Amino acid sequence: MAELSVNLAGIKSPNPFWLASAPPTNSAEQVMRAFDLGWGGVVWKTIGDPIVNVSSRLGSIDADGIRMVGLNNIELITDRPLNENLREIREVKKRFPDRAVVVSIMAESKDDWRELIRRSEDTGCDGLELNFGCPHGMCERGMGSAVGQEPKVIREITAWAREFASTPVIVKLTPNISDIVEPGRAATEGGAHALSLINTIKSLTGVDLDNFVPFPVVGGQSTPGGFCGPAVKPIALHMVSALAKDSKINIPISAIGGISTWRDAAEFMALGATNVQICTAVMHYGYRIIEQLTDGLSNYLDEHNMASAQELIGRAVPAVVDWGDLNLNYKVVADINQEKCIGCQLCIPACHDGAHQCIYPPGVEAKPGHTAPHAAEAAEKLADDPTYRVPWVDETDCVGCNLCAHVCPVPDCITMKQVETKKPRESWNERIAKGTTFIPGGLHDSPAS
Amino acid sequence: MTIPFTLPKQRWELKFSEAYPLYTDAEAIAEANRCLYCYDAPCTKTCPAGIDVAVFIRKIAERNRHGAAKTVLASNILGYSCGCVCPDVVLCAGSCVLKDFKKPVIQIARLHRYATEKFLSDGKHFFTPATATGKKVALVGAGPASLACAYELKLLGHEPVIFEKKTLPGGLNTTGIAPYKMTAEDALREVEAIRRIGIEIRTGVDISSQIKTLLKDYDAVFIGVGIGDDTELNVPGIDGDGVIGSIEWIEQLRLSDKPALPKNTKRALVVGGGNTALDAARELAQLGVPEVTMVYRRTAQLMPGFRHELNDARIEGVHLLEHAVITEIVREKGKLKGARVRASDEDIFLQADIIIIAIGQAKWRDLLMKFPDVELNEANEIIVDEETGRTGNQRIYAGGDATPGMKLVVQAVADGKRAAQAMHRELLQTGKGGA
Ligand SMILES: Cc1cc2nc3c(=O)[nH]c(=O)nc-3n(C[C@H](O)[C@H](O)[C@H](O)COP(=O)(O)OP(=O)(O)OC[C@H]3O[C@@H](n4cnc5c(N)ncnc54)[C@H](O)[C@@H]3O)c2cc1C
Ligand SMILES: Cc1cc2nc3c(=O)[nH]c(=O)nc-3n(C[C@H](O)[C@H](O)[C@H](O)COP(=O)(O)O)c2cc1C
Ligand code: SF4
Ligand code: SF4
Repeated sequence: MAELSVNLAGIKSPNPFWLASAPPTNSAEQVMRAFDLGWGGVVWKTIGDPIVNVSSRLGSIDADGIRMVGLNNIELITDRPLNENLREIREVKKRFPDRAVVVSIMAESKDDWRELIRRSEDTGCDGLELNFGCPHGMCERGMGSAVGQEPKVIREITAWAREFASTPVIVKLTPNISDIVEPGRAATEGGAHALSLINTIKSLTGVDLDNFVPFPVVGGQSTPGGFCGPAVKPIALHMVSALAKDSKINIPISAIGGISTWRDAAEFMALGATNVQICTAVMHYGYRIIEQLTDGLSNYLDEHNMASAQELIGRAVPAVVDWGDLNLNYKVVADINQEKCIGCQLCIPACHDGAHQCIYPPGVEAKPGHTAPHAAEAAEKLADDPTYRVPWVDETDCVGCNLCAHVCPVPDCITMKQVETKKPRESWNERIAKGTTFIPGGLHDSPAS
Repeated sequence: MTIPFTLPKQRWELKFSEAYPLYTDAEAIAEANRCLYCYDAPCTKTCPAGIDVAVFIRKIAERNRHGAAKTVLASNILGYSCGCVCPDVVLCAGSCVLKDFKKPVIQIARLHRYATEKFLSDGKHFFTPATATGKKVALVGAGPASLACAYELKLLGHEPVIFEKKTLPGGLNTTGIAPYKMTAEDALREVEAIRRIGIEIRTGVDISSQIKTLLKDYDAVFIGVGIGDDTELNVPGIDGDGVIGSIEWIEQLRLSDKPALPKNTKRALVVGGGNTALDAARELAQLGVPEVTMVYRRTAQLMPGFRHELNDARIEGVHLLEHAVITEIVREKGKLKGARVRASDEDIFLQADIIIIAIGQAKWRDLLMKFPDVELNEANEIIVDEETGRTGNQRIYAGGDATPGMKLVVQAVADGKRAAQAMHRELLQTGKGGA
């Protein structure tokens, strides 16, 4: 069995799965139940001066009947008294010395940061997470993403925290910026021990079209909130990998954003995360998912002959390159599995209207000279059976965009097969270097008509 | 919407519960979301009425029930009853690609019942008739075929008048459909909703003696008389108490408060192997008759009744006796005791408190022969041109159960629509019609 324990900037946990700072980490009663079920660590719901919340607080989007593929919240930091939180954190740490207990904090003035850090560390916690991310409510008070959007301020507050703290300092970044590397570098320069990301993305989840109020509705009004859950994963993956690739950022990353299964977690780790934090999936299904998370990751590591989770970290980072470094002479074309296809023909309008017009229903004749391995066969089958509906691909016209494969509802029915171009590897950057970037038909090629 | 008829309050049909209750919003949306929205969808191609299935389902998924209803009704104005009675698993849903994906096919009929329910409850029309042309068409019979034909004619600007022999319109939708699929009241509500676009329905008029006048007074005639009464079984003892034809029995069940069963009925026999026999057997079983036996001359494999209906009947406890024919009905002092049956070369006696005969329906041969130049095939069905529904007479069209083809409501609708469009094209628009 692979070793699942991880060490994030000195904070050790028996597995890489932490609960993100959010409702699942509101209280000791909750956190202890989570730890009893096996969670590796928690980031306590952000503490600071207690706030007042509104109701309702959550908006959600469904995708064709699948519930909560994205969740939006307008909740603020903890609404519980500071001392109560601190007492409970101490209690939890005492009962679960082997788990990571990180306290998420948010304050206004330098003095407040000092005081909050001192009192947080008094609990015996393993580290601190500076919440620079909350996109609503707190920023109006000069906190949360108001800080996270100003690299200078990030650097400064992180430096204060380093000055006051004796435990590792994690800086939680907001995705509501144009380039994540900037705040990432700022936190690194300020002395952060680790980065965590992403916090939620500023959003409105929808509008009640009968009453003309966006969701979530608070007494006939609404306000933009923070978006999270499965829908944000691609954005989070990109941001995590961008930090992992950056040469100036050399501190570990705790990945957050749309992680529901061990697969999501493994992907983040492969893109450079040391561990992961989870919120929405627990809000949806409960703490019990930890069994499937650890079991899945452990089996995966075993199957891939990795002795520890550590070995997975960053494995996919080298494969992320600039567009200009991709091989222009690599080509794939769509291949429809004739046995698996159920004949829904969803690939046809996708290809004809949304891509490059190369998938046809049986019976259409292939263009002369084009490679279309199944065209003739499809026509024959149609002649035998007028209900035959398996489409065929014109491989000459196919640009290998992948759209049909994404649209096809049948797993592994459309795959992309590599075709030999008989040309050596060449990237755009290589063309630039060689000065062979000219492509006929451009602005400067044809005279204005 | 209220109907301009009064039905007995204690109708036996009200003892049944619905086999497929109307979907709730959440159920319909969940089911609609399973649909792949196929391109050039096979379900659409296999709907006899040509409903754009993929599109109306998509609209339900998008919570556009009104639009879904419009899509259904644009192709099939009897979309509600078809939603209740269509054997979709042998039509549209039978070609649903999910079957090849080893997933349950989409419950298409149930979804279009859901889509169109509002049409019945508020009777709101989606379409407006074209400017009046002054052309008049007489339609014989107020069943699905004539209703669909009349509606289409009205949309095209013509003036349809329906003549119905019975006191209630709707044809078999009102008198014959199994009550667990649709009640007579719903059938009549649908007729009423359709009628309101401006169709005259004269009930209680048998046109047998007025065919010449019809042809004189109207520009065209549509024959939608369906098929006739129960075929009689020719065995000793048939006449008397306790033996009844299926069509008559079902009509009584649906429309009257007269007891459909003798008191304490323990055993019932249904003779036949078609869909009507299966319906009668299921109705008996659902009314709580402990022993229902279908007596059928061939085997289950050879039954003209649908496989899925037989399965459902069996689940409800109906027993099928194969290779069996009734040789004599036995009575004691006039009271039914049972029947002698020759089953798989053995003579047996089956006790019965009621015997329902469902061996087919006679055709309206005598009536149909009165229409000049209308020709019949050997099954006494009206021979029509496949493209148009035109009979041997230029001005007479026909459709539904009276013509060859599937004996289904949706087929009757398709036939009626087809005939209306052809009449419009070939007769009414061009001015070729007229007495
Ligand atoms: C028991 C039973 C169950 C069925 N179940 C289903 C089902 O579940 N699903 C399905 O799709 N189909 C079902 N069908 C078939 C379906 O009912 C018919 O295919 C459909 O009703 C045919 O429509 P139509 O308009 O051609 O004829 P009909 O519905 O038979 O209507 C014909 C009308 O013409 C009238 N008429 C006859 N002679 C004259 C005359 N001389 N003058 C004036 N009017 C006249 C009749 O009174 C009747 O109202 C069932 C049929 C039966 C018998
Ligand atoms: C209701 C709610 C409240 C949250 N509160 C906090 C918070 O107090 N502090 C914080 O740093 N992040 C907070 N978050 C953000 C989460 O910690 C996490 O960054 C985000 O939800 C993305 O992870 P996910 O996709 O697994 O949910 C909150 C999220 C939700 C849904
Ligand atoms: S999308 Fe897939 S299943 Fe559907 S027709 Fe195309 S290849 Fe076949
Ligand atoms: S074939 Fe099935 S899945 Fe495809 S559009 Fe029709 S109902 Fe939907």
